[in-house]
Amino acid sequence: MQVNENKDFEPVIVAFCCNWCSYAGADLSGTNRLNYPANVKIIRVPCSCRVNPMFILRAFQKGADGVILCGCHPGDCHYTSGNYYARRRMTLLFSMLDFLGIERDRTRVEWVSAAEGAKFAATMNEFVESVKKLGKNRRLEDLRCRKQ
Amino acid sequence: MQKAIIEKAKLLLADGTVNRVIGWKKGDFAYDSTPAVFNSAEELDKDFVYDDFTAANVSKYLIKESQKEGRVLVFLKPCDTYSFNQLIKEHRINRDNVYIVGIECGGKLDIEKIKAKGISGIQSITNNDGTLTIETLYGTESVSADDAMAERCLTCKSKKHVVYDELMGEDGDVLDSNRFDQVAELENMTAEERYEFWRSQLSKCIRCNACRNVCPACSCENCVFDNPNSGIANKAPADSFEENMFHIIRAFHVAGRCTDCGECSRVCPQNIPLHLLNRKFIKDINELYGEYQAGADTESRAPLTNYTQNDCEPSVVHERGVE
Amino acid sequence: MLMMSMEKIDDLFALIAEKQALYIPADNKDGAAEYTRWSEGVRYSSALNTLRSAKDFFFPQTENLVDFKMNGKNIEIIDTRKEAEDFVIFGVRACDAKSFTILDNVYLSEPVDTYYKTRREHGTVVTMACTKPAETCFCGTFGIDATQPGGDVECASDGKNIFFEAKTEKGKAFVESISSLLSEGDTSEVEKVKENTKEILAKLPLANLTTDAFGGDKLKEYFDSDKWAGLSESCLGCGTCTFVCPTCQCYDIKEFDTGHGIKRYRCWDSCMYSDFTKMAHGNPRLTQLERFRQRFMHKLVYYPANYDGEFSCVGCGRCLSKCPISMNIVKVMKALEVK
Repeated sequence: MQVNENKDFEPVIVAFCCNWCSYAGADLSGTNRLNYPANVKIIRVPCSCRVNPMFILRAFQKGADGVILCGCHPGDCHYTSGNYYARRRMTLLFSMLDFLGIERDRTRVEWVSAAEGAKFAATMNEFVESVKKLGKNRRLEDLRCRKQ
Repeated sequence: MQKAIIEKAKLLLADGTVNRVIGWKKGDFAYDSTPAVFNSAEELDKDFVYDDFTAANVSKYLIKESQKEGRVLVFLKPCDTYSFNQLIKEHRINRDNVYIVGIECGGKLDIEKIKAKGISGIQSITNNDGTLTIETLYGTESVSADDAMAERCLTCKSKKHVVYDELMGEDGDVLDSNRFDQVAELENMTAEERYEFWRSQLSKCIRCNACRNVCPACSCENCVFDNPNSGIANKAPADSFEENMFHIIRAFHVAGRCTDCGECSRVCPQNIPLHLLNRKFIKDINELYGEYQAGADTESRAPLTNYTQNDCEPSVVHERGVE
Repeated sequence: MLMMSMEKIDDLFALIAEKQALYIPADNKDGAAEYTRWSEGVRYSSALNTLRSAKDFFFPQTENLVDFKMNGKNIEIIDTRKEAEDFVIFGVRACDAKSFTILDNVYLSEPVDTYYKTRREHGTVVTMACTKPAETCFCGTFGIDATQPGGDVECASDGKNIFFEAKTEKGKAFVESISSLLSEGDTSEVEKVKENTKEILAKLPLANLTTDAFGGDKLKEYFDSDKWAGLSESCLGCGTCTFVCPTCQCYDIKEFDTGHGIKRYRCWDSCMYSDFTKMAHGNPRLTQLERFRQRFMHKLVYYPANYDGEFSCVGCGRCLSKCPISMNIVKVMKALEVK
């Protein structure tokens, strides 16, 4: 595991959020004035199942240090079963990234409903902290995208 | 074996069951056969070959061949039948236009392994019950066939033909292979070690796309990596990230559809053990979602187009292997 | 002729590496030879040839040409070229040495490719005569003598000693720089080795392959040949042959958006790819047959038409051993040949 060389390191986190739940959850945590770090850049998707493994990799390529996917709780998918497929897909992808030696804590899936503003904020706080500990993403980085 | 196959092909051509045959054509050396279509008995007599080195899996050619006029005869080894069946499942082959004769396979030899022993100037290779006598410009060499066995054949998963119209010889069984041992070995390394291992392997990639193009499961009309609109198309690994991405996505796109035929590793000019990436997915699928062999049947749902309500969460990755 | 004992080869490498970057063929973990930057402990490989050709040194697979940065409404253009370092490639075989001439024809004729030219000027090619050709070798077909590999400095070994012969001004300077390790020696042994190698070369399975039926004036004979369909039907359309080939010289220029600028780079291209020379109107070669034909017509007809009858193949045999389906230029030549 990498040791963070810079104490002031602020990771870039990309959060893919389902339009029908966690995106609204993020909104709710805002209206409830709950804090979550500004490191988190939210990308709204119509369903967690919309997220292709390529999205995750591309986020890392363009400078993300951690990528999180938030979707509806299993059973609650707006399209009935999208998140079930997403769950299998992400499990296999994360396992593959782990197989290639990419740090496990850089990726995560969390189920957050539209009513769970507090959970959204807590999840993001926790995730940012854990990625902070890992330091900059070096193993799945595109050197060309590194800012000089 | 070769003689019997040619006779069978001639018979099926003569009685009109088929109008052409797909098989392997003799090359300039003892080991360089090329997949080819034969149209007549004369062509078969002249050039058809089936030996220790006819390793190419010809099932992918049937996507195109089965769209043509008339029936084509194909000789499939057990592992090729899995690839064929998977293509049937994906509606890529017109089954009515193919006549399959299943042939036995005792494992194929890898010429690279022979050459790696420093054997050069090869003029002929004869296999006498497991001992290869190799005539070269620099003298005669003797090598055990086991030592020259292709890596994928050492961990052969099945000698059973899952689809055929006719069988030559006896059908075999699904084998209890130890094909996941290498994957498990890697899983038990530390993340650091795994990272180093894959960097040293994937950095060799020259992005020739041979692994993708030979793969019977990679049958898209236009690959994302060739499509300029995809945003990730490229003709060379311009950065280590692209090496990783290409191989992760290549393996992912065939996850749940890969029959583990091993063609990707066979054709890699840089000898990258690409099959390990595919096997990692197969192993995970088996362990997390239940045993599944792609190509074993044509009805079941593939693991990635299926789910159960009790599937494990992605966090399961934290509970497995070594960090 | 100037010579040095084989036992001193590591001293030689150390001496060269003091002043310049040195690349030698060394066996990698899989046992295949690859050009490796020399440092203490890197062993010279006796392998016949390297997995990838030596063209990478002058024409790398990817190369950053220029960067662009946006500053408000201005576009800043950044030259990414760095000071080129002098380097020596040691142990280049005759086929690869000849391939540089073929690349030179293309890149050093007007308009000159300055990226290529700079590297050519900074590189010294030290060749090594072959002693154990493989069955896939057919350099003789293209008039190459494997025992006289050329380059800036030509080396040959009889197993005990290495003999050095400078072929160019650059080569003379190189031999001068290592003269402290060299002494005059008798060449009779190495001449014997060369004779022996020539005998083997004459016995190679492809020794009788000739280019007589090919050349710049053979466009009509071959372009519409009905043989192409059969030859290309099993082609997978991968780029293995192109990328292991020491003479393939096609490239594509691409741009990459880094999020804070644009990198323009070039990378090898393969005529076997479906998007080769793709233009606004689409692709000029729609089927694999046309793409396959392009590769071999280029090597056997178009290139000789442009460069005084010289063929764009050196018979190194890499495509023969690496093609996933074992289709290669030798099979094409044999099938096409109109007597």
